[in-house]
Amino acid sequence: MLCKTRSTPRKLAPESIMSESTSKPVLSIQDLVVEFKTEAGLIRALDGVSFEVQEGEALGIVGESGCGKSVTALSILKLIPSPPGRIAGGSIELDGVDVVSQPDAEMRKVRGSLASMIFQEPMTALNPVFTIGNQMVEIIRVHQKVSKAEAKKQAIEMLRTVNIESPEQRIDQYPHELSGGMRQRVMIAMALSCSPKLLIADEPTTALDVTVQAQVMEEISRLQREMNMGLILITHDLGVIAESCTRVVVMYCGKIIEMAETEELFRNPRHPYTRGLLDSIPRIREKKLETLPIIEGMVPDLANLPKGCRFADRCPKAEDHCRENEPPLEDTESGGKVACFIPN
Amino acid sequence: MEEPLVQVKNLKTHYPIKGGLLNRPIGAVKAVNGVSLDIQAGQTFGLVGESGCGKSTFGRSILRLQHVTSGEVQINGKDILSLDRQELVKARADMQIIFQDPYGSLNPRMTIRQIVREPLDTHKIGERADRDAEVMRLLEICGLRRSVADRYPHEFSGGQRQRIGIARALALKPKFIVADEPVSALDVSVQSQVLNLISNLQKEFGISFLFISHDLAVVQHISHEVGVMYFGELVERAPAEELYAAPKHPYTQALLKAIPQPDPGREKEHVSLTGDIPSHNDPPKGCPFQPRCPVAKPECAESKPPLKPVDVEETSSKHQVACWLY
Repeated sequence: MLCKTRSTPRKLAPESIMSESTSKPVLSIQDLVVEFKTEAGLIRALDGVSFEVQEGEALGIVGESGCGKSVTALSILKLIPSPPGRIAGGSIELDGVDVVSQPDAEMRKVRGSLASMIFQEPMTALNPVFTIGNQMVEIIRVHQKVSKAEAKKQAIEMLRTVNIESPEQRIDQYPHELSGGMRQRVMIAMALSCSPKLLIADEPTTALDVTVQAQVMEEISRLQREMNMGLILITHDLGVIAESCTRVVVMYCGKIIEMAETEELFRNPRHPYTRGLLDSIPRIREKKLETLPIIEGMVPDLANLPKGCRFADRCPKAEDHCRENEPPLEDTESGGKVACFIPN
Repeated sequence: MEEPLVQVKNLKTHYPIKGGLLNRPIGAVKAVNGVSLDIQAGQTFGLVGESGCGKSTFGRSILRLQHVTSGEVQINGKDILSLDRQELVKARADMQIIFQDPYGSLNPRMTIRQIVREPLDTHKIGERADRDAEVMRLLEICGLRRSVADRYPHEFSGGQRQRIGIARALALKPKFIVADEPVSALDVSVQSQVLNLISNLQKEFGISFLFISHDLAVVQHISHEVGVMYFGELVERAPAEELYAAPKHPYTQALLKAIPQPDPGREKEHVSLTGDIPSHNDPPKGCPFQPRCPVAKPECAESKPPLKPVDVEETSSKHQVACWLY
């Protein structure tokens, strides 16, 4: 096992492998509403978001900037800066723990041990004035009653798990001495050092070069399988999702507009926005196109949302009633969900 | 064939590494280390590479926004590197740049009208009274409403700001524009809008572009010719269709393979590249790619392969690669 000792023993691998057939959600979000006070007034960054992540499942959340995907991630760990933000409604249950009502002191225990997070920019997420060993030991000792020497041993083991070469030397280096890909590996090692049940990766490879991105994504997927963790992968890159997730949630303006198994979503996108998003991905084509397919217009301002469907203004299929009423998220016959009056 | 609009020969841009007791130069970061290329009028050259490969330094160097160590740059018949200050300012009317960061490249205290008008004022283009009308025309070309003119940059989204940056670059009717990662900071749906705008502008005004990007998929759409840069040097260049259909250099092949494909059924190819870009403090011997190369041979560590045409039989003579395999 990765962590040799732990203060709160938890059921480990053998059972979780068996439980695959009767998987239970490690995360369950119901009707989550998050509001922010801004100069432009009160805005709803999340407006009634519900989804679940099963044990060992990799869920992708995709959407453009401002759609609420990062706010969702931060809410799960109760990291929404408050003020100006607050969880205004709904519930978040993380492995049986009700996150919304949890006091801050308790949340500290939850973060890292039940769920942890990897951020986009590893340089800003790591503290530049401490060695990576220092930072890793600190995390381990918050969650486990172990000596510094023992914690350091665990940290070195963890660095080895994420395929960092010569971890005994690396552990005494500072973040600036490492390359971007290496830093992100260190972040992953830190996030996994207490074997969380859920890993939230918020654009983990966006700041990396494509060859390094591929290596880091492979690492995340491998560890997720080996540790049977739930994974939430937040990204704007549908290519990354296609390669590492089993299910996808598509968000637009603070709402889920489509949810489906990955293959189903890519083969048969139901929402016009999902279709537009898939079409506009720059991809290597055998024959160059004259013009790239686009989604007209731009994401509306959250402080000034249109009445009715939030995508109606950009939607090629929108009809009058789309601009009047908001479509609910409803089940599709293929097992997914879509929020559209005229789905494809 | 016509004389190319842009000709760069053996361009080098080195930054000194200072150190020691007297802070004297003890080495050099060879950011751009002998790159040659040419761009025909009305065509786009796509320059691809990972961060730190020198692609942005190259773009800035040929516009002389950056001190150049040695080499030759001809743009529109002018020898850019030998121009004096005044001549350079004049020559800049023909060559413009669009930056990556649409947030950092517009002055937050200027209105859009002032931003787009500034180059016209600096270069005293047209009558003073006509310049505002010209600004409106430029905004319209770039797909912006006239009403944006009196607003400030912070009121706009990334995609719109990039359009403003493009309008400003077009103001002087340049013949050549360096576009340095112009869509990297934008959302995918907006990316394609800006890419389409750039190709339309090229068709309409016959502008040549040096399009710098880390994304091979973006570059394919926009380029006539593509060059792949690694560690300060071009390792492969070819007409766009050829580069994507038959990449020669192991690095180009790895780059193409590493792009995540939006196709969940596809058998995932294993990542063949390990490790990172080498350090300038301790450059590898021989071919700079050899430490990461999956097909490196012992001789690759001995001497550096030159950029030379690959087998003319099966490919066009414009396809060049720097690799001992060919």
